Amino acid sequence: MTLRFNGAEIPCPQGSTVLDALIEADQSVEYSCKNGICQTCVLRADRGAVPAESQVGIKDTLKALGYFLPCVCLPEGSLEISVPEDADLLGRARVVSKETLSPSVSRLVIEPATPLYYRAGQFLNLRRDDGLTRSYSLASVPHLDPHLEFHIKTLPGGEMSTWIRDDVSPGQPLEFGGPNGACFYLPEHPEQNLLLIGNGTGLAPLIGIARDALHSSHHGDVYLYHGSRHVAGIYLHEDLLELQTLFPNFHYVPCLSGDAPPQGYRAGRAEAVALGDFPDLTNWRIYLCGYPPMVNAAQRKCYLAGARMDDIHADPFELKELRSSPRD
Amino acid sequence: MADNLYEQLGGGPAIDAAVDIFYRKVLSNDAISGFFDSTDMEEQRAKQKSFLTMVFGGPSQYSGKDMRAAHAPLVEKGLNDSHFDAVAGHLQETLDELGVPADLAAKVMAIAAGTRDDVLNR
Ligand SMILES: Cc1cc2nc3c(=O)[nH]c(=O)nc-3n(C[C@H](O)[C@H](O)[C@H](O)COP(=O)(O)OP(=O)(O)OC[C@H]3O[C@@H](n4cnc5c(N)ncnc54)[C@H](O)[C@@H]3O)c2cc1C
Ligand code: HEM
Repeated sequence: MTLRFNGAEIPCPQGSTVLDALIEADQSVEYSCKNGICQTCVLRADRGAVPAESQVGIKDTLKALGYFLPCVCLPEGSLEISVPEDADLLGRARVVSKETLSPSVSRLVIEPATPLYYRAGQFLNLRRDDGLTRSYSLASVPHLDPHLEFHIKTLPGGEMSTWIRDDVSPGQPLEFGGPNGACFYLPEHPEQNLLLIGNGTGLAPLIGIARDALHSSHHGDVYLYHGSRHVAGIYLHEDLLELQTLFPNFHYVPCLSGDAPPQGYRAGRAEAVALGDFPDLTNWRIYLCGYPPMVNAAQRKCYLAGARMDDIHADPFELKELRSSPRD
Repeated sequence: MADNLYEQLGGGPAIDAAVDIFYRKVLSNDAISGFFDSTDMEEQRAKQKSFLTMVFGGPSQYSGKDMRAAHAPLVEKGLNDSHFDAVAGHLQETLDELGVPADLAAKVMAIAAGTRDDVLNR
């Protein structure tokens, strides 16, 4: 068996794990327990199949991307493998358009220089030419949208988000790392009910995941709870109402935690409204995106409501500096 | 064949079946959930697995000293017999729910009881 790693061909003798073969060949690899537990050595198989035993304990979404544990991998054929971070090379893109979705949210559309393979719901690290880098979730779907779309909330004094709102115009070059993240749709269980909860621009990855699922003939119910304090923060209301008329199994629930809810909106925090509607989440798959305290609290509540840990995908939008002021 | 407790209980798959039942009970009990209030739930759950593997008589590398070290910060935060009893109670309920035969369950509870002084750093 042969391994291809960092451009080198490495022999993997019968009975040797991938990790031992890499160590034997003096490749620098991180590892610790060598027992399939600690996950320190996780690598990604870009080509070739890895045995199921080497993916035990790895999240379904990461499994789908080829992540495996080389310390317990006895390969059954040749493999092309890489260190996950190394896949994080910078790509080049150009801004196609910028549009105001609400007083504090802009839609940014960019076109990568070469087609990008990604899954709806993942995020890119956008990089300005001076090196300023921030993560933004993809709101587009690869097989439905020609370009990459982001929803960017302007934070007062926020370096990247105010630059994007004030100074970015079509043609602007940008670099990006990624795609990253394991918050995306998995087509394996089209009958499973999906619960999507996001506040503020946490909607961006969720709308991608919802459209991806619906257009992939998902037939379980797809519930999307979008939360904000104010009506203006429910920034894709019309689009989502329209999506609801196109797909009878799609249910959109806008929630307001501040303003009194007009007709068609619900009162309360998105996660509280959702958990009130569905107190038993056994067998559901759940996606939680946006404000980190909401995501973390909701993760716990969903788990207690019966969802399996592997079925809960949490994508907290951690800011660079830890802040206590809420975003919505 | 199944001559040790861990195998009689069903080994790894039994732990997998038990961990969510047990962890949900612990998180739902306000008297003790504060001790488990870490944002990294996956890591916390992995530690519940270590806990169950140990009391199920499975392969576990923890010494009494490790048990003391793991729980010392909790003792500083006030961990006492009442918390220990609560955890032991949830363990017993978990075994009941899984239909573990009484003689095996008693062995599990005995292992847990044997760690009391280490867990409480006495
Ligand atoms: C996985 C992931 C996905 C994300 N997806 C999205 C998305 O889809 N949409 C989105 O809008 N955001 C998203 N974010 C958040 C995003 O990456 C940025 O953190 C956000 O846009 C703020 O960046 P900024 O440069 O504008 O603000 P920063 O300059 O980083 O500032 C952040 C906040 O802190 C305040 N601040 C900064 N420094 C100081 C200081 N020294 N003293 C006092 N206050 C300070 C600023 O006023 C601002 O409110 C995501 C984050 C992650 C981790
Ligand atoms: C019944 C006897 C008990 C046993 C056998 C036991 C066993 C364990 C084990 C094996 C670990 C993992 C250690 C590690 O890998 O770092 C652990 C961690 C932990 N235990 Fe216990 N435990 C017991 C009782 C308790 C009680 C009563 C509490 C609190 C109410 C508690 C709270 C915790 C916490 C919070 C951790 C995680 C600590 C951390 O995050 O590092 N345990 N326990």
